[in-house]
Amino acid sequence: MKAVKAIRTPGGLSVRVDPRAALVGLLLLAAALAVAVVLVGSGDFPMTPGEVVATLLGDGTPAQEFIVRDVRLPRVLVALLVGAALAVGGALFQSISRNPLGSPDVLGFGQGSTVGALTVIVLFKGDAFATAGGAIVGGLVTGAVVYVLAWKRGVHGYRLVLIGIGIAAMLTGAIHYLITKANLVDATRAVVWMTGSLDGRDWSQFWPLLAVCAVLVPLSLAYGRPLRMLEMGDDAAYALGIRVERTRAVLMGSAVLLTAVATAAAGPIVFVALSAPQLARRLTRSPGPNLAASAVMGAALLVVADWVATSAFGDRQLPVGVVTGVLGGVYLLWLLVTERKAGRI
Amino acid sequence: MQRLTAESVTLAYDRRVIAEELSVGIPDNSFTVIVGPNACGKSTLLRALSRMLKPTQGRVLLDGQTIHSMPAKKVARTLGLLPQSSVAPDGITVEDLVARGRYPHQGLLRQWSPEDERIVQESMAATGVAELADRYVDELSGGQRQRVWIAMALAQQTPLLLLDEPTTFLDIQHQLEILDLCAELHETQGRTLVAVLHDLNQAARYATHLVAMRGGKIAAEGAPAEVVTAELVERVFGVRAQVIDDPETGTPLVVPLARRGRAADTPRPAASGAAAAAS
Repeated sequence: MKAVKAIRTPGGLSVRVDPRAALVGLLLLAAALAVAVVLVGSGDFPMTPGEVVATLLGDGTPAQEFIVRDVRLPRVLVALLVGAALAVGGALFQSISRNPLGSPDVLGFGQGSTVGALTVIVLFKGDAFATAGGAIVGGLVTGAVVYVLAWKRGVHGYRLVLIGIGIAAMLTGAIHYLITKANLVDATRAVVWMTGSLDGRDWSQFWPLLAVCAVLVPLSLAYGRPLRMLEMGDDAAYALGIRVERTRAVLMGSAVLLTAVATAAAGPIVFVALSAPQLARRLTRSPGPNLAASAVMGAALLVVADWVATSAFGDRQLPVGVVTGVLGGVYLLWLLVTERKAGRI
Repeated sequence: MQRLTAESVTLAYDRRVIAEELSVGIPDNSFTVIVGPNACGKSTLLRALSRMLKPTQGRVLLDGQTIHSMPAKKVARTLGLLPQSSVAPDGITVEDLVARGRYPHQGLLRQWSPEDERIVQESMAATGVAELADRYVDELSGGQRQRVWIAMALAQQTPLLLLDEPTTFLDIQHQLEILDLCAELHETQGRTLVAVLHDLNQAARYATHLVAMRGGKIAAEGAPAEVVTAELVERVFGVRAQVIDDPETGTPLVVPLARRGRAADTPRPAASGAAAAAS
């Protein structure tokens, strides 16, 4: 039972709004921002949420200003954007492959970025900036290879998933090879990078990430309606006047790029891309890619995971990738069981 | 008049050629049915007419323009298609699915006009699924689901509607229901319908214009009463049969000959006396 409302202007313009999806999106956004404020206030120099908000508005002490502006705020903003970018990338891929397992971390894009980053660390001794570049290149190349291999009169769901899983397995082999070739210092750097962490992220990670998201997220949302038609099958979408291959190519490119820049900024943080779209969908109870709800869900998931990683274990801080890995692993098992019961795998 | 025509098209998947130098026109306001044995190219022809398959040579014309160079949404406002297999997204209601048929008439900032609303309600009423509006599509029976898909194609409001094997996977009752619905749409709404059907007798009964294909070529075309003959059935389908008058409608009815030695003892009725002999 759904009550989609239409909002119309006197000029004949109209948009359709699903009230439940809109409410879920707003609540998730509020939750993400609230946790973000708490996260900015937690650490060795604790601040109350009130102090954090006051500081953000320019009423803090110089010490608070420094802690918030230069240290914690960029890290939290990076977390929000990385979560949103990974989730939108995941929602796009799951929709294109028509399969909840068809998300970038299952299809090998995380591994591709890792191979790119480790190649820079181990073979070229590159700095953090070069490592991020390597991660982007690795992700894009993997995306292109998967696309070409899965292409035969259109990209189809199962072929995309199966080829992606095969590519992921090969790339994992390459990752292990690179680590065995590394000296101790590089191997440590590599493993820390691979875990996925937000430690030490600053404005230099934030701005490029924001620029990419500011272009690709609205672009993806604008293609949301054709994408929804594509979920009915290529033939049905053609019949409705969708340029099927173009839509799919644009959205796959967008998803690969979003995943690659998010991975470059924070390492391969697993399971956000897999779980955020599915959780968003269960909350909105709306068919279709749910891109906007997925984006805020991803942002909320990642700041919550980061808060758990930094605060829940007292002095022992964990990289955020460990937390999403553990939570996501449980989720993946549940997903596999329910998909199996539904007879889809 | 013929708004939709194929002009000496060559149709191929990759390098496998299905049909060469094929020309066919769809008479306006007809209920055209394409029949033929498996792999004769009938579905391929329909895919070409609906611009899903681009001919390697020749062209498909819609209102005098090459269909493949027309804007996709513009074509979708003139030519609708019911594909053979469509996937209803998980958890979608009947009304939401039918509403998707309005897509070619909408834009990013014109997503839902009062007219859209009205046409969706009319389409559901015309196909008899109005009372299912709030049900989930996954819960429906095969026949109901097919009517929902037809409602979606109707909501597209196209003067031409192509249907690719609309009765496959349905039992006989639902097959007839769907074909009656098509005939009604053709008669009351004046739409041009083109359908690919497997059953020659159903085709002969419902079509106003019949296209018989074999081996990628048009074997015969015209009104069913003229086209469907014993000679044609043998030539196209490789089946020896007698053609009698359908006792219900008077359209041709194909009765395959029995295997040697298994025919009934009574002498075979002459073609014209079939109705009397059957009773």
